Amino acid sequence: MSDKMADAMADPLLATRSLRKSFGGIVATDDLSLEVAAGEIHAVIGPNGAGKTTLVNLLSGLIKGDGGDIVFDGRAVSRLRPAARAHRGLARSFQITSIFADFSVLENVALAVQARSGHSFRFWRPTGDDQRLRGPAREVLARVGLADRAEILAGNLAHGEQRQLEIAMALATEPKMLLLDEPMAGMGIEESQRMIALLDELKADYTMLLIEHDMDAVFALADRITVLVYGRSIATGTPADIRANADVRDAYLGTSETG
Amino acid sequence: MISTMFGKPTAWTTTVLLVVFALMPFVAPAIGEAFYVDVFTRIMIWSIAAVGLNLILGYGGMVSFGHAAYIGIGGYTVAIFGFHDITNGFIQWPVALAISGLAALVFGAISLRTRGVYFIMITLAFAQMVFFLGVSADKYGSNDGLNVWNRSTFEVAGLDLSIDDNMTFYYVIFALLLLVIYVTRRIVNSRFGMVIQGARSNDTRLQTVGVPTYAYRLTAFVISGVICGLAGVLQANFEQFVSPDMMDWPRSGELMFMVIMGGMGSLFGPVLGATAFLILSEVLSGITIHWHLIFGPLLILLVLYVRGGLTGLIGKFERRPPGV
Ligand SMILES: Nc1ncnc2c1ncn2[C@@H]1O[C@H](COP(=O)(O)OP(=O)(O)OP(=O)(O)O)[C@@H](O)[C@H]1O
Ligand SMILES: [Mg+2]
Repeated sequence: MSDKMADAMADPLLATRSLRKSFGGIVATDDLSLEVAAGEIHAVIGPNGAGKTTLVNLLSGLIKGDGGDIVFDGRAVSRLRPAARAHRGLARSFQITSIFADFSVLENVALAVQARSGHSFRFWRPTGDDQRLRGPAREVLARVGLADRAEILAGNLAHGEQRQLEIAMALATEPKMLLLDEPMAGMGIEESQRMIALLDELKADYTMLLIEHDMDAVFALADRITVLVYGRSIATGTPADIRANADVRDAYLGTSETG
Repeated sequence: MISTMFGKPTAWTTTVLLVVFALMPFVAPAIGEAFYVDVFTRIMIWSIAAVGLNLILGYGGMVSFGHAAYIGIGGYTVAIFGFHDITNGFIQWPVALAISGLAALVFGAISLRTRGVYFIMITLAFAQMVFFLGVSADKYGSNDGLNVWNRSTFEVAGLDLSIDDNMTFYYVIFALLLLVIYVTRRIVNSRFGMVIQGARSNDTRLQTVGVPTYAYRLTAFVISGVICGLAGVLQANFEQFVSPDMMDWPRSGELMFMVIMGGMGSLFGPVLGATAFLILSEVLSGITIHWHLIFGPLLILLVLYVRGGLTGLIGKFERRPPGV
């Protein structure tokens, strides 16, 4: 590990300590301690039901943990509501596409811009021609490659485009960190390649926690990888470490996923 | 936005209806049907309430089954002031709107913690609570209701702006309807309006991009309650009578039907719905006393089979909305 990396690790952007969450008898997050250094892409992999989405839900505040802490950017955020965490700079995308389907693509992103532009108790001025919202929204759309789809109803976009819109909405909140829950889910090969290229480009500007099943994408993008099994972290390390790890091979990589 | 989904009532329909509203006090007597002035006064009052409910039902996706309560609260406030010989409208009206808003704040704060069917049931429960409060208020006529002997008075600097004259009052209500539609239009297109529509579309997503939706939805609920309170103030003044019946649950249901029938989430749809609802019930009740048996199924068919209610139906005939 380089000195620079070591410095970053001493003061991670995101850290969880002994995070726990059960649903009835199912332990979805089991004493999980994880650190994401500023600037890195930290991938989380694991078989179906390993607790990856639960982790993102805990981090973004959609569900409350049973115990443990989450520290983001030097402050405890475990008790903050989702909106407050977004304001601190934590943005997320969803495994199952979550957009405003009956809004236009541009309105989807403009609403995310609005969310970080002070309160919305503004009752009188129309947003339709508000360039303080639409200007930044168009820039973000251009960045993810949806500039020419701005006026289309978001629900009418192709699946792959909706995944891009998910990323655009997260970016529009001007986050410090992206929590991406399987951004390539359901994508064809070509669309996946484009998404990988986009994430690679975004890497320069954002810290990311990347949940992904596509091992090619993970090994191409990630600086470090954490392997979850039954809610527990069984290994964390560089892609090379993970590939060489016998436990991981037994628990996960040996199965169908890598082939 | 939902309005683009359903297509809007065209400018043509809107204009025709507004012209009919504007001319009715002259047209009705001319064709020997003077009572239609009263029918249209009621239509406009219910339109105001329907526009108010539509703000949360159509735009906000909050299915309140208890909005007659705010009509009742507005009406009773006027009547009770009158009962105690306070007829000054500058006192009656603001207080009536404030109490409607306060009730909406309390009921909404609790109801909005729930979703779906629970929300419907709890708004209904609160409204029935208000209904029973009216029934048990012996001093104010309980079941028999309360007469409003004098309409609200408005005297400024020796000038008497009376609404005693039905013609004057008709145009005051017309002006208020236009005002309510205009204000609602500004609201739904504003940042606030985008938030409540976003919360209808996908509340979780909106929270995760940084909008604490609860406070905005509650505010919309209060605005909606105040608008219905205004309708109640007008109703008490027009009928010169209030009774618990005006806030019983069938009234809430009828109000919902007007909105759904007219086309949710379009600005003018509720006005169309209120007009169709009241004229249909007027006509059908003239034909048979069992008119509810015809009316009910008719409404259900409309709601089930015409996307966007009457607004959608008219849109289909007038022109196809683009890109839908
Ligand atoms: N809301 C919930 N209620 C009950 N059980 C849940 C809930 N959410 C998740 N679980 C359970 O917790 C475990 C972890 O689920 P989670 O969705 O986090 O897995 P995942 O790693 O994201 O899986 P996948 O790869 O299929 O997306 C699973 O056993 C799941 O059934
Ligand atoms: Mg998942």
